[in-house]
Amino acid sequence: MPAFRLKDAALETRLFLNRITAAAVLVILMTLGLVARLIYLQILGHEHYAMLARDNRVKIIPLPPTRGLIYDRNGRILAENVSVYSLEIVPEQVDDLEGTLARLREVIDIGDEEIRRFRRRLKRHRRFESVPLKLHLTDVEVARFAVKRPFFHGVDIRARLVRHYPYGELVSHVVGYVGSINESELKRLDPIEYRGTTHIGKVGVERSYETLLHGHTGYAEIETNATGRELRVLKETPPRPGGDLHLSIDIDLQDIAYRGLGEHNGAVVALEPQTGRVLALVSKPGFDPNVFVFGISRKAYRELQKSPDRPLFDRTLRGRYPPGSTVKPFVGLAGLEYGVIDARKEIFCPGFYRLPGISHRYRDWKKWGHGSVDLKSAITQSCDVYFYDLAHNLGIDRLHRFLSRFGFGRRTGIDLGGEKAGLLPSRDWKRKTFHQPWYPGETLITGIGQGFLQVTPLQLAKATAILANRGAIVTPHVAAYQVIDGKSSPLYLEEPEARLRLDPRHLRTIIDAMVNVVHGARGTARRIGLGLDYRIAGKTGTAQVFTVKQDEEYHASKVAKKLRDHALFIAFAPADHPQIAVAVIAENAGHGGSAAAPIARRLIEHYLEHQRP
Amino acid sequence: MNSIIRHAYPAAPKSLWHRIHLDPVLLFGLLLVAGIGLAVLYSATDGNMKLVYNQMIRMGIAFTVMTALAQIHPRSFYRWSPYLYGLGILLLIAVLIFGDVGKGARRWLDLGIVRFQPSEFVKIFTPMLVARFLAQHPLPPQPKTLALAGLFILLPVLLIAKQPDLGTAILVAAAGSAVVFFSGISWRILGGLIGAVLAALPVLWTQLHDYQRDRILMFLNPEQDPLGRGYHTIQAKIAIGSGGIWGKGWMGGTQAHLEFLPEPHTDFIFAVLAEEFGLLGALSLLVLYLAIIARGLLMALQAQDSFSRLLCAGLTLTFFVYVFVNVGMVIGLLPVVGVPLPLISYGGTSMVTLMAGFGIMMSLHTHRKLVPS
Repeated sequence: MPAFRLKDAALETRLFLNRITAAAVLVILMTLGLVARLIYLQILGHEHYAMLARDNRVKIIPLPPTRGLIYDRNGRILAENVSVYSLEIVPEQVDDLEGTLARLREVIDIGDEEIRRFRRRLKRHRRFESVPLKLHLTDVEVARFAVKRPFFHGVDIRARLVRHYPYGELVSHVVGYVGSINESELKRLDPIEYRGTTHIGKVGVERSYETLLHGHTGYAEIETNATGRELRVLKETPPRPGGDLHLSIDIDLQDIAYRGLGEHNGAVVALEPQTGRVLALVSKPGFDPNVFVFGISRKAYRELQKSPDRPLFDRTLRGRYPPGSTVKPFVGLAGLEYGVIDARKEIFCPGFYRLPGISHRYRDWKKWGHGSVDLKSAITQSCDVYFYDLAHNLGIDRLHRFLSRFGFGRRTGIDLGGEKAGLLPSRDWKRKTFHQPWYPGETLITGIGQGFLQVTPLQLAKATAILANRGAIVTPHVAAYQVIDGKSSPLYLEEPEARLRLDPRHLRTIIDAMVNVVHGARGTARRIGLGLDYRIAGKTGTAQVFTVKQDEEYHASKVAKKLRDHALFIAFAPADHPQIAVAVIAENAGHGGSAAAPIARRLIEHYLEHQRP
Repeated sequence: MNSIIRHAYPAAPKSLWHRIHLDPVLLFGLLLVAGIGLAVLYSATDGNMKLVYNQMIRMGIAFTVMTALAQIHPRSFYRWSPYLYGLGILLLIAVLIFGDVGKGARRWLDLGIVRFQPSEFVKIFTPMLVARFLAQHPLPPQPKTLALAGLFILLPVLLIAKQPDLGTAILVAAAGSAVVFFSGISWRILGGLIGAVLAALPVLWTQLHDYQRDRILMFLNPEQDPLGRGYHTIQAKIAIGSGGIWGKGWMGGTQAHLEFLPEPHTDFIFAVLAEEFGLLGALSLLVLYLAIIARGLLMALQAQDSFSRLLCAGLTLTFFVYVFVNVGMVIGLLPVVGVPLPLISYGGTSMVTLMAGFGIMMSLHTHRKLVPS
């Protein structure tokens, strides 16, 4: 290539120096660009990126606490945590998954469905995570696998704690059960406390003492790598296990009451009158709470709900029954307190009562009448006519006012959810509900515990306890004390919240009459009064379910069982220094004296025998 | 300006360094970077001594190559450059026809005993040829000369881009262009060329492979696909940013050690350094690189003929392009292209090429006629 110009060394050197300078400037400027970006990332953005780096590597894992146990008053476990074993596989550690599965099926019975579910889970888990193959291994299966374990690398048995209720249906309504947390619960729960928790108390004390039983969730900060494998624990805050709950319930009394009801459905409540401690709270039939822990099937749940015996229904708190004659001691006391009657004044009972100017006959349960009766014999023999007359003289207003002091028509305030208030009728109530005036006849039937009046068994027991206390009002409660970290503390003050001002002479009259019910020659519950070295004060009741038409007669054998009368009985003992107050309702069991009273006697007998000397 | 040259390298009897044709300043800087590289590599590989030994062996080879090339007289480079260039082009064509496929690209040539990437040689041969070609003509070059020089550059670049190996293509283009730049091309022509390249970008875009386009798109908006292609960039930024001023300490970088940063020991090793040694560490390394570049430019200034000047300065600027493209990519200023961080990234071939370049620079520098002015 011919050169048209000659090389000019000076020019070239100058030009080159020029370019070197330009290059140096360029290099420095570009480097400054890098430096600016580094400053931006490492100084200005440092906090942001440091946080991202931390989030990258630190995973916070909740450590759920162990749920507190529930005991009865004698220290017997009502709710415990048992280990349930499951067979799990870490895919990464298994060389030949198919072969291992086939060999495992020779050792442990694994169904096709379980294999299918395992394959589905396998896709969702990372290779180093443990994937459950079979849940709930039996002890035999655990033992069989334990022997063969050395031949199954990457396969292991894992234990987890599951709630178990050893007494099943016997205390199902009191203890309740835990179940998987559902969506609406998730919304109201503290998301931090419940991050690792799968189950929550649904009913019973499991629900009402959830906070105590649950405990506090702990946390572990775990360093993970990019694939999520856990490398080491950076920091750990251990969980604080839930507190143990000791109930005042006596499982023996529960058992006596439950069996005592025999073929009948019903409810039994026993209280310690001075303290309000609930000794027995039985709603029959109960249910097996254990099926709820793993999640009950839709079908099984529908069966429970549709059963005519309504096993899920807590009769003690929600069952509303006419109290029948068991209300008479309270009505009698009202008559005395308001000065409407004289305890010794007798009236004649011809077997029916008629309001002045009205032809309707209000019948006595004893067709031919009780003859001449005073208050005491009216209670002893449960004369209806006497109480029709008394109620008529008291009037609904005073009746309502007096009965409400004993807690009728109001919730008792027990430490269990879902309690009903029952119904204590009044003029106001009737006007609001039916837009109708109160009729005098309605006062009469209220006076014998029929008509609109409805009580829960717990209310009846509480009213009985107030009577036994000679007016001291206590709030019933099933929980006695809690134990947290080995330290026990009472849950209730157990002092009367109020005291009704009642004339002791009037009280004595009523209680004497109630003692006569059990121990008197003509007492309606005299069959249970024999062979005791203390006295029981009681009152029988028979609540009509089926209204018998005027001039017709009621024959238990003629009416369908579910329309037969409920048998009721209230009692406390010993009559002078009461230690137990009881209310028993046996549904469709007929007469209170024969069906309900024996249960009360057995409860009282057992309790007083085993009481501290 | 002549005084700078005079004072920087006064006439003196031949020193020991001169006799073994090595430049002590450059050598010291390179060894320092290599030392840092091994320390960072040890951490980036999570203490994998096997990889560190491998790297040390490669460094040994690279420094040996450098020393060997330094002994060759510049005259030989000048003479052989057309043949070397021709050989390089033939090898590139051979790669496209017979080459081994690695990671989806045809870059390797297997000669039975050695398996190598011809594109690496071209990184040296291209600027060498361009330097000779331009030095043969009066400077600044005539448009015709310039056009031919441009063809000499474009041919290997296109062949390499076809493999495809965008990173190497850029480096070869940069090496050749740097030589042209130093030849004194007028600013007007330079501006016109840059404008032409910018105008050609849309055309180039259509020629890119999908993965190359993805990388560029991802660079523009990495958060768009945080777990996919943007992952690398995002995790590198987190690593660097979380390092702060002081860093997390050697072996203390969580991003690299917990595998959040994929392949932290190769192209993204700068993120590990910035995470563990912080802004101070990153700046120190950049300063060290700048010192090497300054030394290279100074050596170019002291060169006595156009060929030496152009080649020396061109190779120096290419070295800077390595650093800038790699760091720029890691810190999210540039799209992800496969350019290693000189003497720090794990990997052999490019390091040998790089050190070969420094060997040639030392040869050019130490074979000067030392005449007092």
